[in-house]
Amino acid sequence: MTTRDTDWDGVRLHVVTGKGGTGKTTVSAALALALARAGRRVLLIEVEGRQGIARLFDCPPLPYEERKVALGLGAHGGEGGDVYALAVDPEGALLDYMEMFYNMRRAGRTLSRLGVVDFATTIAPGLADVLVTGKATEATRRRVGGRTSGHLYHAVVMDAPPTGRISRFLDVSTEISGLAKVGPVKTHADTVAKVIRSPQTVVHFVTTLEEMPVQETLDGIAELHELTQGAIRPGGIIINMARPAVLDAADLAAAASGTLDVAELVVGLKAAGISDNHGLAAELMTELREHALQVAQQNRERDEVLTAGLPHYELPMIPDGIDLAGLYQLAAKLREQGAA
Amino acid sequence: MSAVKLDMDRIIDDRRTRIIVCCGSGGVGKTTAAAAIGLRAAERGRQACVLTVDPARRLAQSMGLTSLDNTPRPVDGVDISGGGSLHAMMLDMKRTFDEIVEAHADPDRAAQILANPFYQSLSSSFAGTQEYMAMEKLGQLRHADEWDLIVVDTPPSRSALDFLDAPERLGRFLDGRLIRLLTVPARAGMSYMKVLNAGFSMMTSALTKILGAQVLKDAQTFVSAFDTMFGGFRERAEWTYRLLQAPGTAFLVVAAPEPDALREASYFVERLDAERMPLAGLILNRVHVSPAARLSAARSLAAAETLDMAAAETPDLRDGPDGSGPRYDLAAAVLRMHAERMNLGKRERRLAEHFTSAHPAIPVAEVVAQPEDVHDLDGLRVIGTILSQQSP
Repeated sequence: MTTRDTDWDGVRLHVVTGKGGTGKTTVSAALALALARAGRRVLLIEVEGRQGIARLFDCPPLPYEERKVALGLGAHGGEGGDVYALAVDPEGALLDYMEMFYNMRRAGRTLSRLGVVDFATTIAPGLADVLVTGKATEATRRRVGGRTSGHLYHAVVMDAPPTGRISRFLDVSTEISGLAKVGPVKTHADTVAKVIRSPQTVVHFVTTLEEMPVQETLDGIAELHELTQGAIRPGGIIINMARPAVLDAADLAAAASGTLDVAELVVGLKAAGISDNHGLAAELMTELREHALQVAQQNRERDEVLTAGLPHYELPMIPDGIDLAGLYQLAAKLREQGAA
Repeated sequence: MSAVKLDMDRIIDDRRTRIIVCCGSGGVGKTTAAAAIGLRAAERGRQACVLTVDPARRLAQSMGLTSLDNTPRPVDGVDISGGGSLHAMMLDMKRTFDEIVEAHADPDRAAQILANPFYQSLSSSFAGTQEYMAMEKLGQLRHADEWDLIVVDTPPSRSALDFLDAPERLGRFLDGRLIRLLTVPARAGMSYMKVLNAGFSMMTSALTKILGAQVLKDAQTFVSAFDTMFGGFRERAEWTYRLLQAPGTAFLVVAAPEPDALREASYFVERLDAERMPLAGLILNRVHVSPAARLSAARSLAAAETLDMAAAETPDLRDGPDGSGPRYDLAAAVLRMHAERMNLGKRERRLAEHFTSAHPAIPVAEVVAQPEDVHDLDGLRVIGTILSQQSP
């Protein structure tokens, strides 16, 4: 590791949100790989019961147990640290909570069997949220040994619910205080909130350069600020699946407006041994025009999302689909840009 | 692709089609598909109503959906020369829920429920409730019988299955053993002591310990208040469920040609089949095709390399008479872009074939990716036309 600080030094809980389809889980995983420098241990948490992490890392479904899934991204050809993963569900989190705070694991099982957890999380989703975020903050605070020892995890990355739900999900103590003014759950929620509202925690927003994800990102950032009066800190904007422009701005503008000369292309194609039979060049021009329009839209949406004034990172579309190699590529991009 | 082609106009024009449900995982273009189908149906003479849950702002504005008032509003700019009409509405989840409560409980009881913290948490949270309320609203609109075609897009759940499960999930709780346990004290007053058993006392003491006595009491009040209107709830859920199974309903599964979206689509197709819900077809959205498809990716890439090599050998290629010279760089860039598009299209077709070979009988409509997002009626018309002109 170099001495250069990353943008998020001091942050230990990275919450990653984004609209469905923007690649939130992929980006969370890449961020965990990037954070896991040599000698560091990073925990990647999934909260929506989709087993997306297991699929990404090509391993069997994750149990409610912290399990090593990958080596982090190394530096200069060296090995990285360790990435652990955990799939949290409210049920498991409740059992954990009851055992940890009340030593009541058996009672917890009874509640589970009776369907109390399922029930409670249906009529009061805030309860499920506090259990799940509680597990993430507990892992964040966990130490190797006694109070003065180091943290077990250098950082925790949470693949969180989508943008539309993130503020409520994180604003646990407000959610809970609607239900319970005092009592153990309220106390627990306050402890969780203290971590989430500290400078140790930031919320990163994943978006693609499309209208709706960008709009949701801006709405999500505004809502987070409004709902928590700035107490929960937005992190960075991670632009995912950006398609690079193939030509410079002037050529693209000409292509979009249809003023680029087809004859130029015909000459080039001929030099490459491709004859312009039946208007092949014109067809390629149509394709180029579509590309130019897409790039223009991307640029508009990028300008729009950057009005939020947050640090931003850009990840390219991985053309062959996301596999482990693709994840490391994305992790390297995140690290290059200072995100980790 | 060798799959059966979806005949959208036949579905739209068939007067017996009364409900079209567009479902699929988040971010695949369900809302746009639903709006495009509604618009096309209206312009082909149907009295159509589009019920949408979470539209993009500009698309919503183009349909006149500027406020969330839970009532269908007429959409301007629709060609109604064929005798059709188009209304659209955006779902207000909490309001829909409040209205059900008000309709099913006497005023005192309703006020008590509406003020309960558990009700407030439940009715304004996103998980599950939105799916349930979307189905409820669909039932209401169908019941009102003011439109002869309702097109609904399902909530943006992570899992496409959520909306089918939500009513049942809520119903299960309202009907369950647990709820009876919780409502015992309220029903029987002090005498509930008699029915205590070991499991129950353990549960209440555990709950009291974790939640505190007041929270438990609120939960009990909520549950027992809700209990009185439970019959009505269940009846409605069942009615809507049967409505979805009826032949007048057509489910369209929307997916993008990506692994996750197609996996969800597969689950959904199987689930619809198990529930005997009428599946009309798959809309494969944002498919990449090339207007120059006869030039293969391999040949295109090789040609680009030839140009690169030529440029490297003769660096003064561009020093033509007027300082410009032949644009080999342009050709090389275009060829690379083309190769990438061809490869993308090939990968997408491969993914789609996974789906069609597993479900060969399901009609498919492909919608080519538009270079820009759709946010006006003209854009919707283009999508509607593409949906309806699936040449074999």
